[in-house]
Amino acid sequence: MYEIVAFYLFSALTIGLFIITVMSKNVLYAMTSLASAMVLISGFFFILGADFLGVVQLIVYVGAIMALYSFAMMFFDATRDIKEKNTNNALVFLLGGMSALVLVLMFSAPIFSDSIQALYPMHEGAGNAQDVGIVLFTKYLVPFEVAALMLLVAMIAGIILAGKKMDQSLTEDMSADDEIMIVKDEK
Amino acid sequence: METTLVENLPQVTAVGVIIKAVIILAVISAIAGFGTFVERKVLAFMQRRLGPMHVGPYGLLQIAADGIKLFTKEDIIPQNANKLIFMIAPVITAATAFIALSSVPVFPDFIIPEFIPLLGGTFVPSIASDLNIGILFVLGMMAAGLYGPLLAGMSQANKWGIIGAARTAVQFLSYEVVTGLSILAPIMLVGSLSFVDFNNYQAAGIGSWMVWQQPVAFVLFLIAGFAETNRTPFDLLEHEAEVVSGYATEYSGMRWGMFFIGEYANMITISVIAAIVFLGGYDPEATLGWLTIILKIGFFFFLMLWVRAAWPHVRPDQLMWLCWKVLMPLAVVNILITAIVVMV
Repeated sequence: MYEIVAFYLFSALTIGLFIITVMSKNVLYAMTSLASAMVLISGFFFILGADFLGVVQLIVYVGAIMALYSFAMMFFDATRDIKEKNTNNALVFLLGGMSALVLVLMFSAPIFSDSIQALYPMHEGAGNAQDVGIVLFTKYLVPFEVAALMLLVAMIAGIILAGKKMDQSLTEDMSADDEIMIVKDEK
Repeated sequence: METTLVENLPQVTAVGVIIKAVIILAVISAIAGFGTFVERKVLAFMQRRLGPMHVGPYGLLQIAADGIKLFTKEDIIPQNANKLIFMIAPVITAATAFIALSSVPVFPDFIIPEFIPLLGGTFVPSIASDLNIGILFVLGMMAAGLYGPLLAGMSQANKWGIIGAARTAVQFLSYEVVTGLSILAPIMLVGSLSFVDFNNYQAAGIGSWMVWQQPVAFVLFLIAGFAETNRTPFDLLEHEAEVVSGYATEYSGMRWGMFFIGEYANMITISVIAAIVFLGGYDPEATLGWLTIILKIGFFFFLMLWVRAAWPHVRPDQLMWLCWKVLMPLAVVNILITAIVVMV
């Protein structure tokens, strides 16, 4: 009983929040509803008994969207609405059509759900952190390592891009002051 | 929900959990209020002052005076602010702090005596929701709490607020890695993410405490914990001398108060985690077993005040330097060594 109530509550809230994310012109509303919807998705994992995945969803998206916020903070005035430019009608048509297709597939999924069986069902004894670990390091070992390698590449690229003046402090470095002066002169 | 509690304990019922939730809310809010008084007194004595003395005996009623002030002050919402987000932000901080406490053991189990009408015989568990992944849940929820300052700063149309919000993001992205990595090494030793398993692992007395096996992880976790709760030396978000009050600049009355209830609740949560993971936790068998953990929590709480009195705070770039260039490599090396020891 609790599960059903919680499921409908979380579903309604998640869909509502994602609609706000797409529709809202205020960057603060969009980001906040995105973050809360991502947090609420972890609720589904908890209902299904996958506590570990639920917490991972929570931790990963809380951090990821926090980083997104910092970009929003740099580029937009968070208290005002922004003007959107949607000029490419073909793209809108394509994306809309694909979303509709995905929606149809999602709603028809319960028809086939009886024939779907879990390849790696949860064990009664082991906790689900252990289950996730076993699957990750046996069946999905190669994708897992490839993902790790990609993250490493991204990290090195980030360090190289940002690391030119890493040994200097931004507040003590005089060359930074010079750059500011140049910008002022140009104005 | 699957529990790791000992089998012979009575059934955990919904009523018991609700009672537990109410107890946590009431007691921790009260302790948070009392914490402000303790903080002022401890700081005062360390700085050779008296602190609050005028209201009540020894200034004790200062809490009541502050409470009345907070509750009755006008709730001002700035004209250009994003009103909805501005109003929600303090609630996020307070709510996530208490949600985090839901899977931490606070106070022993007990059964309500039979003579009390309606609720007699209800079993009230020590952990409101005993998840198998308790530690991760608490850390994740506390991380979500930082959305409070972030949203507050961004929604209030105030430059100090924006700086506070930017510093929140910087601080969050810096310490989060260290918290996770530092606590990973004890998790590897215990082989579980449940607080109860951590407690059982160290049940053999002071010699078996995790702090002796993982001193580096302990120090790293404490530093990251200070950053997580915005305590000095990492109180960048609201440092008065630099950014007026940072994210809290435009707040008044109870909304401002909620930020600080959340902060003090988070201080208690970090103290509980540190006490259970590193200092042996509680002893469910002995009658005074719960007193020991209260002493440990009290010690960590005092340590936070002590550090505040003794240390200046750091600049944001120093915090990033510390977290990414010093603490994170240390934590990774610690994990590597622990992994080698565990394998061999």
